[in-house]
Amino acid sequence: MIINHPLLGPRDAAEFIYLGDASLIDRPDWQAEDAAAKFYEYGYLRDNPAGQHQELWYHEQGDRSWLVVTRNTLTHEITKVELARDVARTRGRDK
Amino acid sequence: MSQINRVKGGLIDRSTPMNFTFNGKSMQGFAGDTLASALLANGQRLVGRSFKYHRPRGIFSAGSEEPNALVQLRSGAHQEPNTRATVAELFDGLTATSQNHRGSLEFDLMALTDYASPFLSAGFYYKTFMWPKALWEKFYEPVIRSSAGLGRLSMDEDPDIYDKGFLHCDLLVIGAGPSGISAALAAGRSGARVILADEDFAPGGRLNAETLEVDGMSGADWATQALAELAAMDNVQIMTRTTIYGSYDHGVYGALERCTDHLASSNGKPRQILWRIYSKRAVLAAGSTERPIAFGNNDRPGVMLAGAVRTYVNRFGATPGQQVAVFTNNDDGWRTAADLAAKGVNVTAIIDSRDKPAVCDVPGARHIRNAAVRDTAGRKGLKSVTLTDDQIIDCDCLAVSGGWNPNVHLTCHQRGRPEWRDDISAFVPGGTLPVGMAVAGAANGALTLGAALAEGRAIANQQIKDLGFTASRKAAPKAEDEAFECSPMWHVGESIKRAWLDLQNDVTVKDVKLSHREGFRSVELLKRYTTLGMATDQGKTANIPALAVMAECTGKTIPETGTTIFRPPYTPVPLGALGGRARGHDFRPTRLTPSHEWAKANGASFVTVGNWMRAEWYTRPGEKGWRDSVDREALNTRTNVGICDVTTLGKIDVQGKDAAEFLNKVYSNAFAKLAVGKVRYGLMLREDGICYDDGTTARMSENHFVMTTTTANAVLVFRRLEFARQCLWPNMDVHLISTTDGWAQFAVAGPKSRDLLRKIVDEDTDLSNEGFPFMGCAEVTVCGGTPARLFRISFSGELAFEIAVPARFGNSMMEVLNKAGEEFGAAPYGTEALGVMRIEKGHVTANELNGQTTAQNIGLGMMVSQKKECIGNVLSQRPEMVGDDLRLMGFRPVDHSLDVIAGSHFITKGDEANMANDQGWMTSTAWSPNLGHSIGLGFIKRGNERIGEVVRAVSPVHGKEMEVEIVSAHFIDPEGERLRG
Amino acid sequence: MRYSGFRVLREGLTGNKGWKAAWREPDPKPEYDIIIIGAGGHGLATAYYLSKEFGMRNIAVLEKGWLGGGNIGRNTTIIRSNYLLPGNEPFYEMSMKLWENLEQDTNYNSMVSQRSILNLIHTDGQRDAFVRRANAMFLAGADAELADEAQLRRELPFLNFDNARFPIKGGLYQRRGGTARHDAVAWGYARGADSRGVDIIQNCEVTGIDIENGRVRGVQTVRGPIRANKVAMCVAGSSGRVAAMAGMRLPIESHVLQAFVSEGLKPVLPGVITFGAGHFYVSQSDKGGLVFGGDLDGYNSYAQRGNLPVVEDVVEGGMALMPMIGRARLLRSWGGVMDMSMDGSPFIDKTETEGLYFNGGWCYGGFKATPASGFCYAHLLAKGESHPVAREMRLDRFKLGHLIDEKGMGNQPNLH
Repeated sequence: MIINHPLLGPRDAAEFIYLGDASLIDRPDWQAEDAAAKFYEYGYLRDNPAGQHQELWYHEQGDRSWLVVTRNTLTHEITKVELARDVARTRGRDK
Repeated sequence: MSQINRVKGGLIDRSTPMNFTFNGKSMQGFAGDTLASALLANGQRLVGRSFKYHRPRGIFSAGSEEPNALVQLRSGAHQEPNTRATVAELFDGLTATSQNHRGSLEFDLMALTDYASPFLSAGFYYKTFMWPKALWEKFYEPVIRSSAGLGRLSMDEDPDIYDKGFLHCDLLVIGAGPSGISAALAAGRSGARVILADEDFAPGGRLNAETLEVDGMSGADWATQALAELAAMDNVQIMTRTTIYGSYDHGVYGALERCTDHLASSNGKPRQILWRIYSKRAVLAAGSTERPIAFGNNDRPGVMLAGAVRTYVNRFGATPGQQVAVFTNNDDGWRTAADLAAKGVNVTAIIDSRDKPAVCDVPGARHIRNAAVRDTAGRKGLKSVTLTDDQIIDCDCLAVSGGWNPNVHLTCHQRGRPEWRDDISAFVPGGTLPVGMAVAGAANGALTLGAALAEGRAIANQQIKDLGFTASRKAAPKAEDEAFECSPMWHVGESIKRAWLDLQNDVTVKDVKLSHREGFRSVELLKRYTTLGMATDQGKTANIPALAVMAECTGKTIPETGTTIFRPPYTPVPLGALGGRARGHDFRPTRLTPSHEWAKANGASFVTVGNWMRAEWYTRPGEKGWRDSVDREALNTRTNVGICDVTTLGKIDVQGKDAAEFLNKVYSNAFAKLAVGKVRYGLMLREDGICYDDGTTARMSENHFVMTTTTANAVLVFRRLEFARQCLWPNMDVHLISTTDGWAQFAVAGPKSRDLLRKIVDEDTDLSNEGFPFMGCAEVTVCGGTPARLFRISFSGELAFEIAVPARFGNSMMEVLNKAGEEFGAAPYGTEALGVMRIEKGHVTANELNGQTTAQNIGLGMMVSQKKECIGNVLSQRPEMVGDDLRLMGFRPVDHSLDVIAGSHFITKGDEANMANDQGWMTSTAWSPNLGHSIGLGFIKRGNERIGEVVRAVSPVHGKEMEVEIVSAHFIDPEGERLRG
Repeated sequence: MRYSGFRVLREGLTGNKGWKAAWREPDPKPEYDIIIIGAGGHGLATAYYLSKEFGMRNIAVLEKGWLGGGNIGRNTTIIRSNYLLPGNEPFYEMSMKLWENLEQDTNYNSMVSQRSILNLIHTDGQRDAFVRRANAMFLAGADAELADEAQLRRELPFLNFDNARFPIKGGLYQRRGGTARHDAVAWGYARGADSRGVDIIQNCEVTGIDIENGRVRGVQTVRGPIRANKVAMCVAGSSGRVAAMAGMRLPIESHVLQAFVSEGLKPVLPGVITFGAGHFYVSQSDKGGLVFGGDLDGYNSYAQRGNLPVVEDVVEGGMALMPMIGRARLLRSWGGVMDMSMDGSPFIDKTETEGLYFNGGWCYGGFKATPASGFCYAHLLAKGESHPVAREMRLDRFKLGHLIDEKGMGNQPNLH
């Protein structure tokens, strides 16, 4: 597979480490009432679609960027690659 | 034996004879021959034995689809089993032997199985060999195994080397036959970067095997001329002897280039190169493969594919027989007859299954219409064939043509499904093709030369236009479209004798019918039940006819019956090539510590720790075993001072205005308020609340921290921190850099460590207990101005420091420390003594932090703060984790003369040793030279409440057990007075 | 029809005309007591044990494709019970005992071959962990044996002992481990279940699960609705997709695992060898092919195919371990979809929907589990409670914090 890194251009997927569903960005609020339930879902119930999937890849043998890659799990086609930091900020993550 | 079957012409170089042996028999061929063509030229018809029935077999094809002619090539450690003679290029001195027989090739004792064949029908082994039970492993299976298998490995290490490489192109053209060359010409002329790859040593594909003309010259000459034009283009790379074996995601192709297989010796050069080709577009021009027709005893040496027969006479100047009959269901078979006749070979008959007038005039040949072959004679070589009307025709070679199948294999590697085309009675590429791939020529069902040439150009132009190139205006090469009408016939129903479909695995029409009767009707079940298509040729000539027979049984059409999925590789790839240079010591990179040279010169033995090589211990003269050295090092460190290279521990620089708050989130214990100049032990959890890693982090200045991790987790922790920084808390002002390789770090431990360091650290640093207290840190200079970092931390439990200098000074630093320490009795210590001392102190390492244990388990439950946001604290509170009562404890044998065993399990005294009574296990053990007996750490249920209890430590795998007493994990200096001293 | 050597002889003498279909091709009935979704190894085994051990007859096994076409038909055929944790080891040891009698039980030769499995040891820490494991195996009634380097040099002289990046320091044997003929396992169970009246319905994809008031009522299929008050999911790599029909989210990710086979060779390997330092394991089939594999590709996938970096990584491991295979050739590679769970261990459990059951999360260890998985699932379906050896394989264990994490990799499915 080839991942089109937003900063570095096309790179072999072998340079990257895969983590999983991009919902891992959405770490719950530790102080919420239902934090225990929310953390359970965050930690264990991830999207596992047969089709479009947003997922986290880390350019370990490169610039160490975490990327959010939109990839089809049936065809492996990649339609979008974003810097995970940008995605995280868009999703409202801060400090 | 001389080359009795040579005929005139061909692309071989008769001025370059080459000697070779087959089964010890000396023979001669010419440059340009394959082993198969040379064997045929020499009249060698019997070349191998089939897999199951050990039937005599000859050469069947002229290409990589060969099911029969498998030989062992070369000898000794170079022995290559299962080599297809049809693609093995002849070289002077080649040796080949036949395989899969007991006794000689001619008199194979295993051929007896053929007589038992009624009892050995498809899947028979699933129905028997079950009684008596014990005999399966003791008798039946060993017998089956020893008769199965084909060729033999030498069992010696492969003496050749293999390389790997990467190539990039705009357009990859797979196959250098007419459509491939035409495609490469079109793309090359447009300026696109083109790779043209072909598995053959002589590009041209069928052009070399046919007498057809292109642009008014012979096909082979046209190919030569076109390749010369391509070779002159800087933007085109021609790769011969290169098989594109697999199609992978996003335009990546696997290719195997055979560099020295055509030479007697590789002479130190790589035998083969495994290329990964990154293409923007690809044209698959892989041609087509002829398929046989199944009839009784159709497996005899001399029964061959008609197109292959043509290849041998036209390209190799060798005829497979002196008296050849042709059996065809299509027009193409007639060309074999015509070409043979043109070379002066006697063609006795053309048996056409169709009721159709002669396609062309073949002098001397009878044309038998509306007929088929139903049986053959001649056990080790064909003598005659019997037709459906019972007439017998003498011949020593039968050229069979059942039509041509497009080579769709690479279109299926990403699970594309081929589609059936009735007009050519064959599957063509269909469904979703691999991204960027288009198919041209015979592979796409354009089975005639004119069409293939035109399609190659058109498809290539389309592909490069997509990439923004302007297609060249030069016209496509011109050729006539030859007759190719085909009327499918898959097997001859009138056959009484077994009719083979899969020649190598001995799958017959009867087997397919049996498979149908027994319910194995899906193609996948058929394949698995009968082993159809599972042989080294992957069913290239067998699958479609077998599918047709199954379709006949089910009453469905062939496309309704299905198609099998072709999987990589297209042709088998040597494991050596896939492994490349990653063998032996080069399997993985080796990382050396900065003091490696010094350690080597000072008696160190080394141990592999991940990719690192670390000094395990340093042997001094007179020491008889490793224990002598380790005991001395551990005792000396606790008495005087020891020095250990700890560079391998991960080091991460954490900087930025939010660095402290960041650390507070990634460690389970508090870090926000760590004072400048101080170090703190930190425990990291995974998000699921399990212990992940531990280490120390020093605050060098307000916004600058230096973190250490364990050796094993250095890379992983860094990755996690980057995740936290970029994905979880993206607006924090914090930056990370791995400095593991930047700093050489040494532990200087023991009561005299301060005295030693006073000689090293420049005078302006106050090393007194007050000036540089336990858990202090500072940037200092050593040896008169060399920058260094000094930490007062201790893993050994002694008064200890760790000093870090830029890595390039590491080896000298080790030397200087040891020299300066001589007066204090300083000695280096290795990882073993380090391990002994940490067990004595009850410190955890990978054996305890094994990814299964909680902070509570290791006695650090208090370090998991619930008062701040940090990774892992929420899920660590799940009820069954909180309720887990395993605790890390110390253990000592009741009988001090015994050595406790790591990995033994604890059983309460009086209980039976079984899983229900399992109380825990011993994680780490050592012989403590300081205590004079063996000690261990381990997890045991409710351990903190059981100090003083004696339990059984059982190790049934050793057949041993002993009584051990549960004690505190801190065997030495439990109050920690020494390290604060 | 009973299979035996005698029957093979008799049929051979009479032209093999008397063999009957191994199973029927029934049309679905409107209603069953139990519907099992998925005619893979586990589904077929479940049906077999339900009919044979628990006296249930009115059962349908619904299969999207052809029976035995899932991971039972695309694995590396290894059987073993060399697990560590109490949540796993007794279960796998039960499975091993069922393997040991499988052929006699099903009257089908699935070629269970206890040729041994060897895990190589390269470091002292690994030895400590393997001793702990070996002892756990003993405590669960299994067998284990430690071998030192000298013994391995004698038994496996072709391993790379003298020029190795990661020196071989010994190994952990389970002599009762080995291989079985994977397809035949499915066929034996299918034939046995069919002969007891179970309807195995191929080409019958389930398209929906009917649930009324929190209770399962049946399924929708491409061949129409079928009613049942018990519906048992057993679809491995497709677990996420099928469970979604019931509105369930699972602690499972689907990953691709590639496997490989070489051309046929005369016997070279005595048993199964696993090389942890190199992500490589290998055995030799009765036909002579070296059957081997390594790590997952590592990314979520339903594509049943992988990519080149892992192919090369696996073979590099092979060449590092046994450089005498260099001149053997890779014949075929394939990929399967693995239902990777969050701790690497499986689930056999009820769901929150009454009458709906779940079996999955087998990661890449499902083959060896087939008999026990079928038996324990049948137990749960028939009796409504977990079999004692499968008690920890609960769906709620992550919520409660009871992990069965053999490798200690945490909630990272591609590392298990």
